[in-house]
Amino acid sequence: MATFHEISPNASAGAKTLNWIDNRFPLSKLFKEHMSEYYAPKNFNIWYIFGSLSLLVLVIQIVTGIFLVMHYKPDAALAFGSVEYIMRDVPWGWMIRYMHSTGASAFFVVVYLHMFRGLMYGSYRKPRELIWLFGCGIFLALMAEAFMGYLLPWGQMSYWGAQVIVNLFSAIPFVGPDLALLIRGDFVVGDATLNRFFSFHVIAVPLVLLGLVVAHIIALHEVGSNNPDGIEIKATKDANGIPLDGIPFHPYYSVHDVFAVSVFLLVFTAIVFFAPEMGGYFLEYNNFIPANPFQTPLHIAPVWYFTPFYSLLRAVTTELMYVLMACVVGGAALAVLKVKMPALFKGIIVGAAAVIVAMMLSIDAKFWGVVAMGGGVVILFFLPWLDNSEVKSIRYRPTWHKYLYALFVINFFILGYLGTQPPSAIGGRISQIGTLFYFGFFLLMPWWSRLGAFKPVPTRVNYSAH
Amino acid sequence: MTTMGITKKIILGMALACGLSFTAQANTAGPAWDKAPNRIHDMGALQNGAKLFVNYCLNCHSAAYMRYTRLTDIGLTHEQIKDNLLVTNAKIGDTMKAAIDPQQAKSWFGNTPPDLSVIARSRAGANGSGADYLYTYMRSFYRDPATQTGWNNTVFPNVAMPHVLWELQGDRRAVFKEVTEHGVTSHQFEAFEQLTPGTLSLAQYDSAVGDLVNYLQWMAEPAQTTRQRVGIWVLIFLAGLSLITWRLNKAYWKDIK
Repeated sequence: MATFHEISPNASAGAKTLNWIDNRFPLSKLFKEHMSEYYAPKNFNIWYIFGSLSLLVLVIQIVTGIFLVMHYKPDAALAFGSVEYIMRDVPWGWMIRYMHSTGASAFFVVVYLHMFRGLMYGSYRKPRELIWLFGCGIFLALMAEAFMGYLLPWGQMSYWGAQVIVNLFSAIPFVGPDLALLIRGDFVVGDATLNRFFSFHVIAVPLVLLGLVVAHIIALHEVGSNNPDGIEIKATKDANGIPLDGIPFHPYYSVHDVFAVSVFLLVFTAIVFFAPEMGGYFLEYNNFIPANPFQTPLHIAPVWYFTPFYSLLRAVTTELMYVLMACVVGGAALAVLKVKMPALFKGIIVGAAAVIVAMMLSIDAKFWGVVAMGGGVVILFFLPWLDNSEVKSIRYRPTWHKYLYALFVINFFILGYLGTQPPSAIGGRISQIGTLFYFGFFLLMPWWSRLGAFKPVPTRVNYSAH
Repeated sequence: MTTMGITKKIILGMALACGLSFTAQANTAGPAWDKAPNRIHDMGALQNGAKLFVNYCLNCHSAAYMRYTRLTDIGLTHEQIKDNLLVTNAKIGDTMKAAIDPQQAKSWFGNTPPDLSVIARSRAGANGSGADYLYTYMRSFYRDPATQTGWNNTVFPNVAMPHVLWELQGDRRAVFKEVTEHGVTSHQFEAFEQLTPGTLSLAQYDSAVGDLVNYLQWMAEPAQTTRQRVGIWVLIFLAGLSLITWRLNKAYWKDIK
């Protein structure tokens, strides 16, 4: 508890006001801790702006969302028309709506880039595991937010996309059908579904999202940012206890962010004003047809940001199940034969493998597809404990690690592209290989991340004045 | 710096993947679409399109999200709209409702004629824009005694809609040729054959349909011209702002050694 601080009666009105507040609320203290005396590494590169930009997009989504809710009607009979009403009759409604629809895609663009930055520079490694976990939570909440928000325009893709995804839950053994019923509130996607998705989209999930964002930033400011060299700047401090490679966030990074925000908005508004449909990727063409429960579209594709995970789902066929079973058996055999551990653990591993294979044989491949899709996201949570590399940053890892990361990115794009396409024999094969690579990348990481010749990590960051 | 190489490669890869995916979204099969003329800024063409729309389409189709007053955006006055385009007993602030009762339409055609407010946006696809689709569709009707309406369409086979513009285009029949591929015989469309001339020449008819689909394209998003006009100013402002913030950033960062 701070002692009450008296200020000279000759002080300026501004100083008096600030003193009055500071005696009652830690305003100056918060500003110092999180801005002017929060020391960030000076060697941040372009990959480090996507965190701030995600925050900007979050604000855009909340503000535009507030205005959309003023005119939108969450009613199956009125929803589609109310969106067109916003587009035509509400002054500047079209701009608010396009900002919101473009914002959804922009959110995923910046968040994917932000996550990839973490992957490249090992930002999730000790002591930043919780930052990463909160971040993965944000990603999960964001996916829920996007999925439920997409139902609201009540177009054909909204309707059938929701129908397909909610039906997936019914593949879960025993509880599946009841769970799907609970989510929909009806036997098919309908008015009840629209109402509850609306409630979740505008209240429940945003609350969770905001809470997680606050936790993410508090955790970050507790341990300090990582940097492209993966060096702890707190290890080398000056006489005042300030990291030698650190600079105050404000003004250096706030001015950086202001510039980044201007450039980002340049791209963002170029899309909003000149290509809001983005060739059918941000606003799908079919979604301009009102939802019709009696007419299934020929080709149902989720919006682009879900398609890599949708590909994982579609890749799991009865055929692939045999490959996966072989992987489980092979993995268990390797663990038992190659790793030194007590006989009890070996017994547990063999038993677990047998149970998993038995389940794989008895439960429909559709369920395992759902597991793959969910697992593709959930596996990200484990990254801090999967990565055993002796250095954090990709800069000091063996060169072939970089190629592996590049392959991972290319694979993610291929899975994303195939997810937008109607199923095909060749596409199915490629996505199966892609799925095995995706999970192999993470599950084998404890092994491969230790291999190769690592480069010496310097004690001070690489920085050249610009 | 060691990561620059890989960063560049990844960005290049992303750009490449984007480029690929934008050209390759193939969700519509069927014949290629003809390119519709672009007259979205041509007020005369849009007004002619509106006239054709009201005279020929609005009998059966609604445009339930489009208000008559909005036609002022394409240069029409309230008087002109009232005198020429308000054919039903609608008021000028009303939305465009079909003259026909939807229930009746369903019993006549087997299907409720779809609302046309955003039809141009919904019909875009891999083969082109929604206007391209509609332009091709409206020029692909032919006589077919085998169907209920006596009309058929090569773009939308067995469509429930008759050829409403037939007086303008005239009667046509489609010539098919038999093709045997891998032992399967199918009929492939070859060409149209004019049976009786319409009131318009072929070029005039194409142009009229061009006006109509441009109107539909405009009606699907009446704010589109405003959007682009405002967008230019927004981009100019942000380009200026970026320049200033770039210099500001530079000025601060020159202290950092």
